[in-house]
Amino acid sequence: MAEKITDQTMEELEILAKLRLSEAEREKAKKEIQRMLDYVELLNRLDTDGVEPLIQLFPVENGFREDEPEESTAREELLKGAPQEMDGQFVVPRTIG
Amino acid sequence: MDILEFSATELAEKIRKREIGAVEAAKASLDQMEKEEKRIHAYLYWDRKAVLEQAENEDRDIRKGKIKSLLAGVPVAIKDNICTKEIPTTCASKILENFVPFYDAAAVRKLKEAGMVLLGKTNMDEFAMGSTTETSAFAVTRNPWNLSHVPGGSSGGSCAAVAAGEGFLALGSDTGGSIRQPASYCGVTGIKPTYGTVSRYGLVAYASSLDQIGPIGRTAADCALLLSILSGKDRRDATSLERKDLDFSGTVDAGVRGLKIGIPEEYLNGADEDVKEAVHQAAVWLERQGAAVETFHLKLTEYTIPAYYIIASAEASSNLERFDGVKYGYRAREYEGLHDMYKKSRSEGFGPEVRRRILLGSFVLSSGYYDAYYLKAMKARALIRQEFSRAFGRYDVLLGPASPTAAPKTGTSLTDPLNMYLSDIDTVAVNLAGLPGMTVPCTVGRNGLPIGVQLIGDCFCEGKLFAAAAAMERERGEWKLPFLAGSRKKEKEAAE
Amino acid sequence: MKQYETVIGLEVHVELATRTKIFCGCRTEFGAAPNTHVCPVCAGFPGSLPILNKKVVDFALRAGLALNCRIEKRCRFDRKNYFYPDNPQNYQISQLYLPICRDGFVEIETEGRTKRIGIHEIHMEEDAGKLIHDEWSGNSLVDYNRSGVPLIEIVSEPDMRSAGEVLAYLEKLQSVMRYLGVSDCRLQEGSMRADVNLSVREAGSERLGVRTEMKNLNSFKAIAHAIEGERERQIDLLSQGRPVIQETRRWDDNKESSYAMRSKEDARDYRYFPDPDLPSVYISDEWIERAKREQPELREEKAKRYESEYGLSAYDAGLLTADPALARMFEETVSCSTAAKKAANWLTGETMRLLKEKEQEPSSLVFSAAHLAELIALVDASEISQKTAKEVFAVMFETDVDPKQYVKEHGLSMETDKELLDTVIRQVLSDNPKAVEELKSGKEKVLGFLTGQVMRAMKGKADAAGIKERIRNLCS
Repeated sequence: MAEKITDQTMEELEILAKLRLSEAEREKAKKEIQRMLDYVELLNRLDTDGVEPLIQLFPVENGFREDEPEESTAREELLKGAPQEMDGQFVVPRTIG
Repeated sequence: MDILEFSATELAEKIRKREIGAVEAAKASLDQMEKEEKRIHAYLYWDRKAVLEQAENEDRDIRKGKIKSLLAGVPVAIKDNICTKEIPTTCASKILENFVPFYDAAAVRKLKEAGMVLLGKTNMDEFAMGSTTETSAFAVTRNPWNLSHVPGGSSGGSCAAVAAGEGFLALGSDTGGSIRQPASYCGVTGIKPTYGTVSRYGLVAYASSLDQIGPIGRTAADCALLLSILSGKDRRDATSLERKDLDFSGTVDAGVRGLKIGIPEEYLNGADEDVKEAVHQAAVWLERQGAAVETFHLKLTEYTIPAYYIIASAEASSNLERFDGVKYGYRAREYEGLHDMYKKSRSEGFGPEVRRRILLGSFVLSSGYYDAYYLKAMKARALIRQEFSRAFGRYDVLLGPASPTAAPKTGTSLTDPLNMYLSDIDTVAVNLAGLPGMTVPCTVGRNGLPIGVQLIGDCFCEGKLFAAAAAMERERGEWKLPFLAGSRKKEKEAAE
Repeated sequence: MKQYETVIGLEVHVELATRTKIFCGCRTEFGAAPNTHVCPVCAGFPGSLPILNKKVVDFALRAGLALNCRIEKRCRFDRKNYFYPDNPQNYQISQLYLPICRDGFVEIETEGRTKRIGIHEIHMEEDAGKLIHDEWSGNSLVDYNRSGVPLIEIVSEPDMRSAGEVLAYLEKLQSVMRYLGVSDCRLQEGSMRADVNLSVREAGSERLGVRTEMKNLNSFKAIAHAIEGERERQIDLLSQGRPVIQETRRWDDNKESSYAMRSKEDARDYRYFPDPDLPSVYISDEWIERAKREQPELREEKAKRYESEYGLSAYDAGLLTADPALARMFEETVSCSTAAKKAANWLTGETMRLLKEKEQEPSSLVFSAAHLAELIALVDASEISQKTAKEVFAVMFETDVDPKQYVKEHGLSMETDKELLDTVIRQVLSDNPKAVEELKSGKEKVLGFLTGQVMRAMKGKADAAGIKERIRNLCS
């Protein structure tokens, strides 16, 4: 059997993912995730001992750039779509305190 | 002849010869959009004036003898997860409702450099997560063949637009079948190239190791032309590849004589009868054109969906973290403190399907589960790829369905997410292995909906797919999109 | 009472001195207007992708070699996922699974003993933006200029046992990084930052105690105080039979105490996974060899050479080489045919004094070695007095004036008018007959007094040694 998704798991996931679900949504999501995890259990039938995970499709290496400055974005452009802005900066609710 | 009846290739030639102006072509597309959009809802955004301005500029350059590419002056639609400078780019999500990029995606820049005319932004499943275009926060796109059916997804808007004559070509993106499946449902041609062929810069990421942009059009030749324009190493995408074989048009007429084609039996299991028949029909056509076709086994097929959903959700959970109400996009109206702002903005901004995948992705990466889920899936991915490598030791091209069914009815898919995921069985392996895959319209099923088949090639072998697709087209004969059939009928009526 | 041993490991972040950021072409310059060195990549805009700056790898590689690490020829970047507004993607691109360097060490000297501190690993990562807390509105403001500035994180083994060892280790890292030219390592400006992992255990115990991590330490003083404070806090807890909780604590420099950074929303599960946007990094043997070949002379080597080549004391050689900018100044001054000992005296004496007084680093010195050499030459030639030289040097220290010209323009050169000097000396002697008598009777002490009187009358513009000799002659 797959991992059991508990209410506590859901709460932790909501903290990690910065999502807030209503009670009904949480119940529904819990069931759906549980169903998915039960389903993906299927993979455990596959013997992967000694298999290197496929992290990169092609052996391309070192997609480097040189240390040459390029033009930055004009500040007005950057901030144009900001939900809240002040003195050329993005504004967020106080972070410490 | 109505301008809309031309393929992109034909239209481009007439524009180059100055028999048709880019403005005329743009107007024809815009008129069709204005006529059809009330029913189809393929587009989320267009600006008639801006489109005509682009077309006028193109005509001016063409008059000066400046032909920028083989598709200069041809109107093209763009999926709304591809960034367009000064044009809204929403990913069909409320969280990006007001987002207007100040930069173009690399692919869009290439379209502009090629002198193509950008028509507008097409509807899609929110952040490309879905198979029906029903998870869009803004509109439900209808299948032009039958308005009570979905166009497929996630590039449903782009495929519907091409099928409805609201654009000669379109850009889609494909993470697990998002070009190939809707192309099949809408009776159009579409290709997901080898991973790394088209720059992902400016494509709003869903699952970075799987995402690719690709062309959607009416014919293999149209797609080949557009793919040649889109392809190439980009210094802003480290995963883009240096390739020298980017003249895909040259491969269209190569024929299939002597090619070996394999049909994975696992792809036929569980497919509807109509779909199986389409695959058999395609096999017959390819054989008639000189290819050898046989069935074989791809035993790992059943593992592709679990591996895909673990990997795609994991990457998505991270890629979508940047949508937080700080820099751009949606922020909740009321909140108490930073974390409440995050949670409210994201919960109100993302739809249920996106939230579900973010939660699942967060789970499979969380401490204690990483090895059991994510790493396991990445190992399965390695095995799946090896199995394809072995298959391509024997076959030049693989043939199979692009989806187990034709387009389902609107409103029937989202109620059971897992079931919806399972319908991706024919397409996700191609993304896991980085392969090129292409959908070619094949037959019309019993319910009047089109069915396409999928051709899969080894990495960097798009050429063989175009050759096989063109060979099928020759056997199949002219493919009548519904709006063309309609316009013919009207002409006939007018003549009578 | 039980004896406790303190066990300390450090995570040191060093900002690399590249011109551009780690994953985009924005400049890294310090002090620009907010959000002016920012682009879609370093502000986390949709669709943007990171491209690795080659220089970052090169610098990390050089740092690793200098710290005796094994270089991983193939390394990768991973995403560290956590939400915070200074982190525009809400994940930091870092290295967890395959860092660039592992298993190194450095040697530090404390209380006359040499000790080896293990380096567990060095990894490359991107810096975060800056948050300013606006008291007026109760909001925080985000500036992404620093977002994406390249960092290396140097993770030590838990090999340190005291604040003294920690400071010696940090000074050592600072010196190495500065000699390599990979970072200026200024704690105040944040180009070097240390997180301290500390635990205590009963003396003689082999098992490590529960550790805490302290952040926000931006001076050597703060680090030393934080270590002392945390050590006492943990010992207090343990002696009361209460447990130490593994947690991150934030040091408050004003209150000189730390507090726990606990919040339900601060989930500490970073869900690391390989970044699919960045291909793996491959470092060839040739690259490693080149970096080895080009490694500059580091402090210890240089200090030894100064002792043998210039005959300097170990103490002076140590002072001169503490900072590469000072060592460079020394070598350049000596190359202007100045006696090494004199150059050393000026640099370890006046220069260090003024640097300390003005709270500056040697890298910010403005005067040129050629001008220092010239100043020393003026003294050698008795053109100016040692006292005048110090005054001129103070001006050079601020604005790098040409000492020769400055002396001329301000009429500071010693009076070469022997007649005037002689008249003054005679006047002083006749004004102080008692002193003259004492000197004649062998009281050497009054010689200084008489010389001082002459110098005062000459307003300092005379050579004291010459005056002494003249007085002696006249009184013999």
